[in-house]
Amino acid sequence: MHGSKIAIWFFIGLLLTIYGVMIFGYGIYEAVTGNFPPGVQLTRLHTPLWWGGVLLLLGLVYVIKFRPGRSDK
Amino acid sequence: MFGLVPASILSFPQIHASFLALAESPLARLGALDIAVIVIYFAMVIWIGFYLKGQSNTSEEFFMAGREMTAWIAGLSFVSANLGSLELMGWAGSAYQYGILATNWYWIGAIPAMVFLGLVMMPFYYVSKTHSVPGYLDLRFGGEARTVAAVAFALEMILMSGVNMFAMAVVMKVVLGWDINFSIIVSSVAVALYVGLGGLRSAIFNEVLQFVLIWGGALLVPILGLYQAGGWEGMKHNIMVNLHSDSYFHLWRDTGSFTTNPMGVQWTGIVFGLGFVISFGYWTTDFLVVQRVLAAHNLRAARMAPLIGSFFKMAVPFIVILPGLLGLALRDPAMANGIPHLVGQDAVAANPGAGLHSYNEVLPLMMARYLGPGLLGLGITALIAGFMSGMAGNVSAFSTVWTYDIYRPLINKKASDSHYVLVGRWSIFIGVLVSIMAAYLVMRAHGIMDYVQALFSIFVAPLLAAILFGMFWKRATRWGGFLGLFLGIIFSASLFMWVKLNPANLRYVALSDAAKPMAENVFRALWAFIFAAVIIVVVSLVTKPRPVAELDGLVYGATKLPTEEWVPFYKREWFWAAAVGVIFVALNVMVW
Repeated sequence: MHGSKIAIWFFIGLLLTIYGVMIFGYGIYEAVTGNFPPGVQLTRLHTPLWWGGVLLLLGLVYVIKFRPGRSDK
Repeated sequence: MFGLVPASILSFPQIHASFLALAESPLARLGALDIAVIVIYFAMVIWIGFYLKGQSNTSEEFFMAGREMTAWIAGLSFVSANLGSLELMGWAGSAYQYGILATNWYWIGAIPAMVFLGLVMMPFYYVSKTHSVPGYLDLRFGGEARTVAAVAFALEMILMSGVNMFAMAVVMKVVLGWDINFSIIVSSVAVALYVGLGGLRSAIFNEVLQFVLIWGGALLVPILGLYQAGGWEGMKHNIMVNLHSDSYFHLWRDTGSFTTNPMGVQWTGIVFGLGFVISFGYWTTDFLVVQRVLAAHNLRAARMAPLIGSFFKMAVPFIVILPGLLGLALRDPAMANGIPHLVGQDAVAANPGAGLHSYNEVLPLMMARYLGPGLLGLGITALIAGFMSGMAGNVSAFSTVWTYDIYRPLINKKASDSHYVLVGRWSIFIGVLVSIMAAYLVMRAHGIMDYVQALFSIFVAPLLAAILFGMFWKRATRWGGFLGLFLGIIFSASLFMWVKLNPANLRYVALSDAAKPMAENVFRALWAFIFAAVIIVVVSLVTKPRPVAELDGLVYGATKLPTEEWVPFYKREWFWAAAVGVIFVALNVMVW
């Protein structure tokens, strides 16, 4: 788990970052175009925007904190 | 694992598989963004498998993850190994059906046992340096008890992996309309690759990943549902309007009798059957979960891991039970913007083509209701991850037990370490192949599923008796342990068949005419535990015990535990166990 090995938290951070970018990006598209998916409720809350943002921020924190080669992870 | 899954979900794959040809439109439709989310998940788990292959060369690395997991990783993996998708969907469905009573399976049905494992039992598992639970029985009682436990466990794991695979394929068919063969092949290839390459370490990494995904994908449902229902009080008000009963919000108040609560259970069965025998049996002796803690890097981490897991376990009802309750609160017969009225599996089976949905579909229905593109993909990925980590847990535990407890002592005692790693790796690939065969067998003969799922509940109570007496009673002997386990399994299987052949016999097993099937598992486990315990005590008293000196590291009172380094009080396991206890009591009082 230490030294030159990649920590599980880095993998998790990377996945959350990718998902965050995708979902946050879609949230921006949705907010700008007003094009909401049919059948989905509470779209006025812009869930993809803030949930995607949370995933992205959390992911970035983990990617940076547990990046490979960092000595104090 | 299935022993802790509600009975109602177990008929879900069987009934749906019966008329898949008539299946109506799927519950949800995925867009390109959702597909991309799922594909990226598969790419990630396979990458992790390939990356970890280089760190899984010795048997200690491959089977025990090098015993270098931190308390957090071991703890999350420990609780995640139990958080399968059938459990998520099943308990959400049970909450819709029975209300908050279903929470008992997360709180009293898990927390006391997890704390007991961490504080009391873990030192013996860890100090004995056993690689498995059958391995502990070998050290304590000898080869006979080990072989019985290992064969029963290996069989249970491989068949359950097949059932898991089949269940996943059916759920994906019903929820998304995916082809059954496609789901089975893709999931099994992915599991075989990442566990076969990276061993237990890869399984643990993916379980932690799955745990994060489940929360990331499922947490939005209760948040948005509570917002729409008007908060906790609004939800309760809506349920009162819809069902005219407040029993759905009480965990204990109405369990004085089988007839006064929606589940048809009684508090003695919940406390002693579920809270003691089933829960302690599962959380302290099922190798699938115990293996995760054995991989911890030191004794303190091994003791802390179940305690860390217990905090998260107490929180799981938020993403499982609440969606079920919200389904009740937001139920709208007009179906304009409400959840449709859900029915039992039997009603779905009796009316194919009528557009009915079962209780067990409440979670995917809630996901489709609130999650748009991308987020829906994340929710579905959480379900897929749950299924796959369940299969991975089954095959990794199977591989360890097969190699250490069957192949090495019974077939090839003196091979090299690298040979055993090779056997372990191949047993994963072969195990997945057998699982695929089991999945197709279940598809052709649905009745087999009942028997496979019963394996856990038949096996767990006698195993718990053997482990507890072995660990805490110096007088327990080789033959006491073996016969208690062996005859206990036969007794438990006989009780199961007795009720299976004539369901009316349930009233004798559960001691009440009013008992419902949900009560069967808990009472059968209770009788089987008592039976096995009596056998162990009686046989031990008439046979010769081992000298106490031989029990060092195995039995309480005969073991000098290693001194752990000094740490401040807030890093000690007793402090965190007390915190768990306070929160556990507070939660139970809050929804008494």
